[in-house]
Amino acid sequence: MNSFPSGPVDQVVGTALALIGEDIDTDRIIPARFLKCVSFDALGDQVFADDRSELNGEHPFDQQQFQGASILVVNGNFGCGSSREHAPQALMRWGIRAVVGISFAEIFYGNCLALGLPCATAPAETIAALQAKVLTSPALPWTLDLETMTFASATDQWAVAVDSGPRQMLLSGRWDATSQLLDQGEEVKRLMQLLPYLNGFIAQ
Amino acid sequence: MSSGTLYDKVWDLHRVAELPGGSTQLFVGLHLIHEVTSPQAFAALRDKGLSVRCPERTVATVDHIVPTTSQSRPFADPLAEEMLSTLERNCAEHGITLNGIGSGRQGIVHVIAPELGLTQPGMTVACGDSHTSTHGAFGAIAFGIGTSQVRDVLASQSLAMNKLKVRRIQVNGRLAEGVSAKDLILHVIRTLGVKGGVGYAYEFAGSAITALSMEERMTLCNMAIEGGARCGYVNPDAVTFNYLKGRPEAPSGEAWDRAVQWWRTLVSDEDAVVDDEVVFEAATIAPTVTWGITPGQGLGIDECVPTLEQLEPGERPIAEEAYRYMDLQPGTAIAGVPVDVCFIGSCTNGRISDLRAAAAVARGRHVASGIKAFVVPGSEQVAQAAEAEGLDQVFREAGFEWREPGCSMCLAMNPDRIEGRQISASSSNRNFKGRQGSASGRTLLMSPAMVAAAAVLGHVTDVRNLSLQPTA
Repeated sequence: MNSFPSGPVDQVVGTALALIGEDIDTDRIIPARFLKCVSFDALGDQVFADDRSELNGEHPFDQQQFQGASILVVNGNFGCGSSREHAPQALMRWGIRAVVGISFAEIFYGNCLALGLPCATAPAETIAALQAKVLTSPALPWTLDLETMTFASATDQWAVAVDSGPRQMLLSGRWDATSQLLDQGEEVKRLMQLLPYLNGFIAQ
Repeated sequence: MSSGTLYDKVWDLHRVAELPGGSTQLFVGLHLIHEVTSPQAFAALRDKGLSVRCPERTVATVDHIVPTTSQSRPFADPLAEEMLSTLERNCAEHGITLNGIGSGRQGIVHVIAPELGLTQPGMTVACGDSHTSTHGAFGAIAFGIGTSQVRDVLASQSLAMNKLKVRRIQVNGRLAEGVSAKDLILHVIRTLGVKGGVGYAYEFAGSAITALSMEERMTLCNMAIEGGARCGYVNPDAVTFNYLKGRPEAPSGEAWDRAVQWWRTLVSDEDAVVDDEVVFEAATIAPTVTWGITPGQGLGIDECVPTLEQLEPGERPIAEEAYRYMDLQPGTAIAGVPVDVCFIGSCTNGRISDLRAAAAVARGRHVASGIKAFVVPGSEQVAQAAEAEGLDQVFREAGFEWREPGCSMCLAMNPDRIEGRQISASSSNRNFKGRQGSASGRTLLMSPAMVAAAAVLGHVTDVRNLSLQPTA
């Protein structure tokens, strides 16, 4: 498995995996029984466990042609449901380093950003065409480029979108917010002195 | 005080700084933690040599993994035991209050924080759990976060966030007799879709909303996330203040009067501009039940599973998947669908008023033969209150099991689960494939009274057709 990202994330290069379906929730990405853990380490093998077992080897995460893929191409509202960060953790531990889809659920998107996992969007027609291409040419390498906002192979190029805030965070390597938040320690202290509910509801 | 919606005002009050990436650093007024999404966050703090910035603004409980039969320690499941002992260790090390089993304050995190008076209007509330939207019922801005963000809040008592748009869900009139807040939110989600709320906070307003009790408002806001909205809220009013008054962590004495005065200023201004508004007529809403594999696949109790032709093209693939998975054919009436397991509980519907509504159906009746039915109170306080009223006896006499508090079969991280292809009538919030512990298990979401009705008849039914015997 590739190491987890650190520093600027401007490009993700690799083969892609198409996972078709609307509203794929985080219970499907990582069923709740695997949340009984105090570390994320074992989650890579458990990603989509129930869907994979139902399809008995025919799930894209099991199919030979998609092994080693690092870019996941999905449909709409991907990652809806539970806030479990175990979902992007499981995807990343399997090897995914970027997701391209029609839309993403809010909390999932934030969890991905906090791990340096870019989620790019494109219109439904683009995604359908991309998924078709990935299914017919699974060995084709792709590049998701956050500078040029494109998803491209040797033969194709598609425009994708990433919101400006997350895009800047990824490009600048400041997607891990902890240090920026800690930099404002004095401001936090000042705000705490003003908030009515922290000060006996006495007007400041 | 800034003007606008409650969301705008609370956001402005908690804004620490604009971050270089374009997001806002938002102060978190109340951080709730539990055993599932916090251990890795504490481990990350340890790795980075960081401490907890505001242990006094952090409150812990244990809910997801606790067994509901015997809660004696150590738990039979060593993984569950490890998770709780890790939480205990982390809380002790960092000086965080843990409302543990037997404390009288333990329970589902979204049940205990309101009942203790921790959740108050005008706060920002964060928790590593998507149903944190529940706390918006008080006029707080409350949202679920992931574990990396739990780490950030522990370390800095703040978060990098982007401001949401606001959609007002205006509900006029009054809900009909026998129709609950659960039916209302299932109806809203069914109408606007499971992704309709992505990018929005939902402001629930209108005469039908102001008429709701606090517990009903919590049910409503709890499931905003199922509609894609990360937060839902209700403007605080006398119902909110009456609920809070006298709670252990609520302000008291002169501070109470000052608090109420401040809380009143937070309400959305009359002329506040919202980004979108959708209007519902409460009286038209029927008891609502899901038939499929997303919470948006709902039906009024008199309706049938939709045919493909009745659905928008975009909804058809997941409907086809749902027909197969649920083994329900298009055109099947939802009333009459047989069930195997009946679950009353969860952060959506595990409060005392929910148990009263279910007990009013169960009293003097009996669970149908072959049905497993059980009631899991949302907290130790709810359990105590129910037992003081004799609801536990009502349920037991009717053939329901009466359990200890926890999240239980909402997500089956404890031993409570459905087996194989069993189908459950559940007062919880998610009907996703595999959600209740069996990879092929099926879930029908409905109100607690509707679950009780399904339990006594053995199939989905309109609770309005059963006579009720409410508590005195």
